[in-house]
Amino acid sequence: MRETAAERWSRRIVLTLLAGFVLVPLYAMVSSALKPLRDVQGAFTWWPRHPTLQAFVDMWSTVPLGRYLLNSLLVASVAAIFSVSVAIFAAYAVSRYRFRGRQVFSVTVLSTQMFPGILFLLPLFLIYVNLGNATGIALYASRTGLIITYLTFSLPFSIWMLVGYFDSIPRGLDEAAQVDGAGPLRTLFQVVLPAAVPGVVAVTVYAFMTAWGEVLFASVLTNEDSRTLAVGLQGYSTQFNVYWNQVMAASLVVSVPVVAGFLALQRFFVAGLTAGAAK
Amino acid sequence: MGGAADPPTASPRRDLDDHHHLATRRRPGRRHRPAGPSAARRPRRSLLPYLLLAPAVVLELAIHVIPMLVGAWMSLLELTQFHIRDWSGAPFVGLDNYRVVFDVDSAAGAELLRSFRVTVLYTVLSVGLSWMLGTTAAVLLQRPFRGRAVLRALFLTPYALPVYTAVITWTFLFQRDTGLVNHVLVDQLGLVDEPPFWLIGDNSFVALLIVSIWRTWPFAFLCVMAGLQNIPDELYEAAAMDGAGFWRRLRSVTLPMLRPVNLVLLLVLFLWTFNDFNTPYVLFGGSAPAEADLISLHIYRSSFQTWDFGTGSAMSVVLLLFLLLVTAGYLLLTNRRRNDA
Repeated sequence: MRETAAERWSRRIVLTLLAGFVLVPLYAMVSSALKPLRDVQGAFTWWPRHPTLQAFVDMWSTVPLGRYLLNSLLVASVAAIFSVSVAIFAAYAVSRYRFRGRQVFSVTVLSTQMFPGILFLLPLFLIYVNLGNATGIALYASRTGLIITYLTFSLPFSIWMLVGYFDSIPRGLDEAAQVDGAGPLRTLFQVVLPAAVPGVVAVTVYAFMTAWGEVLFASVLTNEDSRTLAVGLQGYSTQFNVYWNQVMAASLVVSVPVVAGFLALQRFFVAGLTAGAAK
Repeated sequence: MGGAADPPTASPRRDLDDHHHLATRRRPGRRHRPAGPSAARRPRRSLLPYLLLAPAVVLELAIHVIPMLVGAWMSLLELTQFHIRDWSGAPFVGLDNYRVVFDVDSAAGAELLRSFRVTVLYTVLSVGLSWMLGTTAAVLLQRPFRGRAVLRALFLTPYALPVYTAVITWTFLFQRDTGLVNHVLVDQLGLVDEPPFWLIGDNSFVALLIVSIWRTWPFAFLCVMAGLQNIPDELYEAAAMDGAGFWRRLRSVTLPMLRPVNLVLLLVLFLWTFNDFNTPYVLFGGSAPAEADLISLHIYRSSFQTWDFGTGSAMSVVLLLFLLLVTAGYLLLTNRRRNDA
């Protein structure tokens, strides 16, 4: 199955074009982060003429970036941990038991993933506000409310992917453990979970990325104190000035960890999708 | 999904089978039983599965199902700014809110219809082009060559990037006087004399579409790449032996084998893109020009600007019904074709 010269060259050309399309914005983000403010206020230049790291210093004081970063970190990690824990138990039940309502559960959970966020944004906003007024439980404008909301966003896909993973683990392993006298929970923790580590890792990354990148609910359910990066980054554009070099610097700083984490774990991700897709 | 007959070639399963053999080897007296799907699912009446599901069910109910029902109820109320503080006192108005939504002669109805049209066009173009780019890249990266791993990582980067950083970078590129796009078009290529506006007017739709495709096609690439791993090499070898060239292999082996993945992928892309809020919200800084006013952002703005949650909820319910209708039609159509085949 040898490649002809024409095939090879068309492959190279198409891949180069695609790579260019992906690279240009990424390059502009990096190069503009290295420019002083006056250089991003004039005509665009490909190469930073006066390279400086000043934007990486100034960005912390123009907006309270540190607080936004801390809020995002806290919300995304706690939401990811809870989401994955809940998903593990649910996926174990769906994968290993036949029970009344199993189909209904699977279909309902997956379909909520597809509903427009705007549909439950308005009621959720009103419920959080009124719950706070009536009982003093602060879910509106608090990180707790945001965490609870976000962990349900990643839940459906996490359950679906973990069910695929758990299904690919031979039942013989479970039975062997049960012969040894292990109960269902011990079987889950000592047999099934260790064999599904790649799936669990992939799902955790997915849950973290979902919470880290969410904009719609963050823009409505937070106030100045609980604001996350998704909304906070808009603060660099004031009525008089947009600090584009600082926006790019801040974007770079908050992107690099997630992108690096995702790329390092992408093969688990692909494996998880493959396991899910094979069903 | 279909394709159950072909065992996945992903590595986890192979590893697991090794464990399995180790586990059975340690107990030589035990009869080896094939691990079938029914082996562990003894039909016993037990509360345990429900207890395991309970946290997930409670959360889904509290954050998705109940708010959705509340939303449906809200769409029947006159829930304007006078009643938001104490919405138990909001008067019941039946289907009045829906009458406003469907009345194309009223300003609200006409704007909603325009936003709907924009969203349909946006979805069709973005999903179609993203799927094409993703499939092309995945097929071209199917066989090993030098630099493949680098390209794969690069192509996945837009998907891994947080939405707001990716889109805000594009906002910068699309600036009229300081952006990269106009610098290339006007100063370097000389294609236009006067730098055009990208974020207002007719061009804003094009800008929105480009950003959307840039962010969406890597997900299609990721899924198709995963799907390609389930195609056994023997099929390609057999096709090559029959003298099939690149296009023939693509048409007769790759695309038919990808069908189960594509069916789900296209549906998911459709729903995500149709509901897209983030891209226009960040790209245009909160309020989109009419040419790029996607429906989620439109409902959001008309709800929070006027604090008329009743009409906003009615619009959301109509949107949901539309999506359910399209999804049901799609599933029916694709299932029937599968049964015919």
